[in-house]
Amino acid sequence: MSLLIDKNTKVITQGITGATGLFHAQGARDYGTLMVGGVTPGKGGTQVDGFPIFNTVEEAVKATGATASVIYVPPIGCADAIMEAVDAGIELVICITEGVPVLDMVKVKKYMEGKNCRLIGPNCPGVITPGACKIGIMPGYIHKPGPVGVVSRSGTLTYEAVWQLTSRGIGQSTCVGIGGDPVNGTSHLEVLKMFEEDPETKSVIMIGEIGGDAEEQAAEFVRDHMTKPVAAFIAGATAPPGKRMGHAGAIISGGKGDAASKKSFLRECGISVADSPAEMAEALLKVWAP
Amino acid sequence: MNIHEYQAKAILRNFDVPVPDGHVVYNSNSARDWARRLGDGPWAVKAQIHAGGRGKGGGVKIAKTADEVKQFARDMFGMTLVTHQTGPEGKIVKRVLVEKGSNIADEYYVSFLVDRATGKVTLMASAEGGMDIEEVAANTPEKLFFEVVDPVAGLTAFQARKVAFKLGFGTAQVKQAVPLLMNLYKAFVDTDCSLLEINPLIQTAEGDLLCLDAKLNFDENALFRHERIRDLRDYDEEDPMEIEASQYDLSYIALDGNIGCMVNGAGLAMATMDIIKYYDGAPANFLDVGGGATIERVTEAFKIILSDAKVEGILVNIFGGIMKCDVIATGVIKAAKQVGVKVPLVVRLEGTNVDLGKKMLAESGLNIVSAEGMTDAAEKIVKAVNIKGEMQTTLHAVANLHAPGVDSMLSSEKHSINE
Repeated sequence: MSLLIDKNTKVITQGITGATGLFHAQGARDYGTLMVGGVTPGKGGTQVDGFPIFNTVEEAVKATGATASVIYVPPIGCADAIMEAVDAGIELVICITEGVPVLDMVKVKKYMEGKNCRLIGPNCPGVITPGACKIGIMPGYIHKPGPVGVVSRSGTLTYEAVWQLTSRGIGQSTCVGIGGDPVNGTSHLEVLKMFEEDPETKSVIMIGEIGGDAEEQAAEFVRDHMTKPVAAFIAGATAPPGKRMGHAGAIISGGKGDAASKKSFLRECGISVADSPAEMAEALLKVWAP
Repeated sequence: MNIHEYQAKAILRNFDVPVPDGHVVYNSNSARDWARRLGDGPWAVKAQIHAGGRGKGGGVKIAKTADEVKQFARDMFGMTLVTHQTGPEGKIVKRVLVEKGSNIADEYYVSFLVDRATGKVTLMASAEGGMDIEEVAANTPEKLFFEVVDPVAGLTAFQARKVAFKLGFGTAQVKQAVPLLMNLYKAFVDTDCSLLEINPLIQTAEGDLLCLDAKLNFDENALFRHERIRDLRDYDEEDPMEIEASQYDLSYIALDGNIGCMVNGAGLAMATMDIIKYYDGAPANFLDVGGGATIERVTEAFKIILSDAKVEGILVNIFGGIMKCDVIATGVIKAAKQVGVKVPLVVRLEGTNVDLGKKMLAESGLNIVSAEGMTDAAEKIVKAVNIKGEMQTTLHAVANLHAPGVDSMLSSEKHSINE
């Protein structure tokens, strides 16, 4: 059993007829993921590269039995796409789209309260359980099945951590990109809880950023409840205060959430913190032996 | 996206939020004319720049006569206003707001923002108006009041009442405060703000509530549905290179160092800046070329980095996901040839089509140093920039010796340099 997804997870793609959606649906299928179809309103009944297309998520779920959906629709229709998937009974929604208005996500969060659905993202690379299932835009070949869980706000920085592990011969249980937006579906803390419960996961690398206090909350969980070793990196030590660095999350205001204070708090909670982004795997190996 | 105070007040006026009567002017004569049209003095004359703390820098004056309004406005136009939010270079004043003065009895603070922890809009208020709210939060957190807003119900009347009573308003003011706060919330949501701040909200000697200052920041991601707000953008207030970059969907922020960076992904871009610093270098910029970058975007990214005169070396760090390494390589080669890269260029590629990308770079005939991993990349670029710096220092030192009267003594050294 792995986290969130496995080799039996059936996945549909919302926005499959767009260039990005199709490219990554094909990539996931090549990786071995059960990509069972896609949704593009108005193109139901047709096919694209062997994927059956449906007009609505509801139809797609009925016809394919999909339990997960990955979303590539443009920002303007993204909140609606997420809610449509939730309404159709999809259990796991992974939203890759970047640039979703924050207040749209506020609505989506409210809509999802009490529903049996988990949202990952938006503005994220997706989720991969190496060797079994890849949902998202990460390059599959850098991954390797194994015992390390990786959770991150940043896409490419996750690849960096994964590559450091793989090139040392260490594999990953599941890698979760939670996305860089201020309001998102799943937090660092929630993913750490899943890693703690997942028998496949033996240790964790957590990648955070300046701004907010999500990393601190996750660190408190590590200190109080986690039995598995955790290493971390916090990006943004050189970011000037008040500037937005692509991720809306990466803003420091009034000294709260700066890299130095985050790192020292994480260390106090027993996390092995890498000072250099090139040393994430090494930081983990200081506190854990594969 | 930021807008000016006078623009923020115009938007709030449309939502029936009480703001002082006023008008923006672009020269001192019309400042005097508008003062007269607004009625009797005194008037507030306020420099319009995208930064707070204007009062301390001389950007806010109270005028008793219309001629004084003209005088103050004349002083402000063209002045470089330096506040704690502008940076040491300051900002040049090009617009001035002339407003009817108010008799301030009490000052309050009100803001709305999206709280990341709850994923909801939060109303924040304090009776400590006119102060730096970060200081209030740090020193006297008990004087800050919060209400979390349900996205379906919106800010309710009872929540607005709770806050109004906590701020210590009398009954007459509570009656004004409730619609005022609810309308502020409506303005926040309807215009997709990321921050709406009223500091100060005042109670006048006559007992009226009035928003004396207003700051509205908008969610860039939502501007597609707010054409009229998009039109309020004042490009004079923004870094010209950041504007240039945004036209190509590049996320660029200028910094003070000498190592230009081109990276894909915001997190990796930040981490690249961090690792340059870690190896005692100084990043010249943050630049995220994004996931779906085209050759055109990569080319433009290079041009923007190279247009910064401080840049003495460039580090390209790409971990391909959506973006394939051969696309990056094509862009790097094309741009390097087109722009003529004369500074050291270190490229680290990893990800989809990495071998093809590396091969293309190696066969390009350009002077590109290939790096394996981030540490190698950071060490190589820092070393390359330092060597270049040392060489320049040496040349300067020799050039400095080359002063009138010692020409003959140094002719041999001069000769050797020329060789």
